[in-house]
Amino acid sequence: MQDNKKSSQKSGFDFRSITKTKGFSAFTAALLAIALGLIFGLIVMTLANPSKAMAGFRYVLVGGFSRFGDVLYFATPILMTGLAVGFAFKMGLFNIGASGQYTMGMFFALYVGFMVELPAGLHWIVAILAGMIGGMIWGFIPGIFKALLNVNEVITSIMFNYIGMYLVDMWVQGNATMYIASKSRTNYLPSTVQIPSLGVQGSNVNLGIIFAILIAVTLFIVLQKTTFGYELKATGYNKYAADYAGMKGKRNVVVTMIIAGGLAGLGGAFAILAPSAIAGSSMTYEPINIIAANGFNGIAVALLGSSNPIGIIFSAIFISHIQRGGSLANLVGFKPEIIDVVIAVIIYFSAFAMIMNSALAKFVKSKFGKKVEMANANAEPTTTNKEAK
Amino acid sequence: MENYIVEMLNITKEFPGIIANDNITLNLKKGEVHALLGENGAGKSTLMSVLFGLYQAEKGEIRKNGEVVKINNPNDANALGIGMVHQHFKLVEIFTVLENIILGVEPNKMGFIEKKEAKKKVIELSEKYGLAINPDALIENISVGMQQRVEILKMLYRENEILIFDEPTAVLTPQEIKELLKIMRGFAEEGKSILFITHKLNEIMEVADRCTVLRKGKYIGTVDVKTTTKEELSRMMVGRDISFSVDKEISKPGEVVLSVNNITVASKLHKNNAVKGVTFDVRAGEIVCLAGIEGNGQTEFVAALTGLEKMTEGSIRLCGKDITKSSIRERSISGMSHIPEDRHKHGLVLEYSLEENMVLQRYWESKFQNKGFIKFDAVREYSEGLIKQFDVRSGQGPITVVRSMSGGNQQKAIIAREIDKKHELLVAVQPTRGLDVGAIEYIHKQLVATRDAGKGVLLVSLELEEVMNVSDRILVMYEGEIVGELDPKTTTVQELGLYMSGAKRNTVKETNHAG
Repeated sequence: MQDNKKSSQKSGFDFRSITKTKGFSAFTAALLAIALGLIFGLIVMTLANPSKAMAGFRYVLVGGFSRFGDVLYFATPILMTGLAVGFAFKMGLFNIGASGQYTMGMFFALYVGFMVELPAGLHWIVAILAGMIGGMIWGFIPGIFKALLNVNEVITSIMFNYIGMYLVDMWVQGNATMYIASKSRTNYLPSTVQIPSLGVQGSNVNLGIIFAILIAVTLFIVLQKTTFGYELKATGYNKYAADYAGMKGKRNVVVTMIIAGGLAGLGGAFAILAPSAIAGSSMTYEPINIIAANGFNGIAVALLGSSNPIGIIFSAIFISHIQRGGSLANLVGFKPEIIDVVIAVIIYFSAFAMIMNSALAKFVKSKFGKKVEMANANAEPTTTNKEAK
Repeated sequence: MENYIVEMLNITKEFPGIIANDNITLNLKKGEVHALLGENGAGKSTLMSVLFGLYQAEKGEIRKNGEVVKINNPNDANALGIGMVHQHFKLVEIFTVLENIILGVEPNKMGFIEKKEAKKKVIELSEKYGLAINPDALIENISVGMQQRVEILKMLYRENEILIFDEPTAVLTPQEIKELLKIMRGFAEEGKSILFITHKLNEIMEVADRCTVLRKGKYIGTVDVKTTTKEELSRMMVGRDISFSVDKEISKPGEVVLSVNNITVASKLHKNNAVKGVTFDVRAGEIVCLAGIEGNGQTEFVAALTGLEKMTEGSIRLCGKDITKSSIRERSISGMSHIPEDRHKHGLVLEYSLEENMVLQRYWESKFQNKGFIKFDAVREYSEGLIKQFDVRSGQGPITVVRSMSGGNQQKAIIAREIDKKHELLVAVQPTRGLDVGAIEYIHKQLVATRDAGKGVLLVSLELEEVMNVSDRILVMYEGEIVGELDPKTTTVQELGLYMSGAKRNTVKETNHAG
């Protein structure tokens, strides 16, 4: 048994060692949550419209594949807000203010788009960076409140969702260059500030999704490989031990919130700077006093992805996928709201997915793995496994 | 054929991945104090939980007065006259003593509680057995010792005749322990049967009639306490010889390593200061022990010393350098190592692997990181070295998640980390709390080795035996002050106890020049 383990670690592949990792259990938990959520969704659809349920459900499941470009396009902002929530959560902070940071980032990007003239190749890049800075500012404020005055970040960031949204609406409406009062939306952005499209026919998918995925991978590396990630996770797991080890908890809280805000701000920038498939137009913002839903969807994405940046990539794409499928279910007469119900159920299940996961693990163990586990447990006092290199 | 009141025959209880009780038999005679001895994780508490109905055994049977009984829950146990004082008391903090005692068996008339009668009965019981309590006090306001008396009264109120005590002395002062052992003896003489779970051999020798020893879930044997010795018992418990006295040479104190002057710390619980002008020195090559009963300011003092909390007054010098205002990291770099009181709260990140915990104080050193990226190879190599050197046992070596390790090995990991780190002063706060004799012996050896390597050691301990055996100098702390300095070679446990309980104090120079 022990020899087995050693050699497998050397060769680098062993199914058992994979199934034991935390990432794997989070992954199975998410799959289980999704499966249960989908079954529940099917039941809801059957209750709503029995004769069309299967057709509608098929759209939900596979409809997204026919519009993969759109799936990626709509995944971009929620991937970013998901990272904003998940990254802060790694430190034990519940950044519920992704919406405000997202809106702020969007405004900063809009401002650069309308009010600053720059060469074509540079304009959209500067606008994206401006969006990031806008989000950073909106993340910094709850962070500094938390660090210096120990004000709960949930409360401040909820408040800053409202403050941010109303401020932006006010600024937009007060700016004649940006705002067309008769259409109660912003003007079309100049094409120089739109992010280059990836050229998928009939879709707005653009470089933003590439950036978002690269950012997620970068965050993964930061969390796994750097001393900053080490401190951040240590603080999230046990802030007393982090204090004891001399980590600068307050500084790290502020830095984490700035990064999280910047991520959500980038999400806002990616959303508003996306190119439009219709020539001469662009994305627009409507200042109608509603908090950006993409911020809250980020919480769902982060939860489903277990706050793991790589997991968040997939959960964002998945949620976008069933959202697209859901809007297609419209074709057979289902309201898109039904999809929101299904997504809500998936999130609901993923919230206690870990419990289900351990129950499942118990079941599997009792069926197959009893002897193995027993040997492991008993090996504890006698083996130190020194060679596990 | 002997007459047993309770027989637990061939009990086997499994948990996922581990057999907690493997074919264990325990027979309890009427009117005896029966000790149940074993290391941490030997299965003592599991066995008692089976008897008390908290767990159901997979195999084996329980007999009461020769008849097979089925105990499915604590109510069944209660109906059979079995009561238990848990290690962590099961009391409702915001209820009064009386309300806690009658909880679950409230005498009532048409749904209204009849407290008067209950109170009379409780007072009678408390007088009869010398268990002083105030029935109207709130649990949250009374001392741990009194809370334990409430737990005992709970059993007596329910007229239990089989009383289980799960490590009852861990939270008590020496005087209180003595009192409790006397009370237990009294119960036995009255015909009640006592099961006494412990890993303190002295208490067994003092109070028990017979002793059953468990080791790693297996039954080792039952011995008559009169005909056995401490050494014999400990050999049965750990499977090898254990030395009780700590082998050490006479200390050769060198230069002053730590010098604290007039340290004052505000309390978080009340308006008074938790630490009041504490002044003392620790020299290189000596173990200074800060003794005292829990809650007399030791925790707050250590927090101020190590930088976890701010102090309101005073100064600290470490190796001649003023560190009064230094951060935790700066203190650590200046040569302070700290084995914290609560290893789960402060000492470890339980979700991290063993190797990640091994570098918790040092991950930022250039040895372990390059431009902000952790050198995982170096971390692995370093922690493997420590694991080998300090014999830290775990399921998967450096990649074991620390939460899955036993308490003793978690503590060993912390000790390895803190001792291997460059340091001149080791602050060890209750380093052996909750550990078994094997681990305690090991940790004491490490403390002495640290001293012999010319470091200063400040040991904060509640365990009298530890205080007497390990330290070179004892400072007793009572209500936030140092009330006495004692020499372990000339003082006695009784005298130490008097200082700890505030009954005696001397005005040594240490306390004089504090003001």
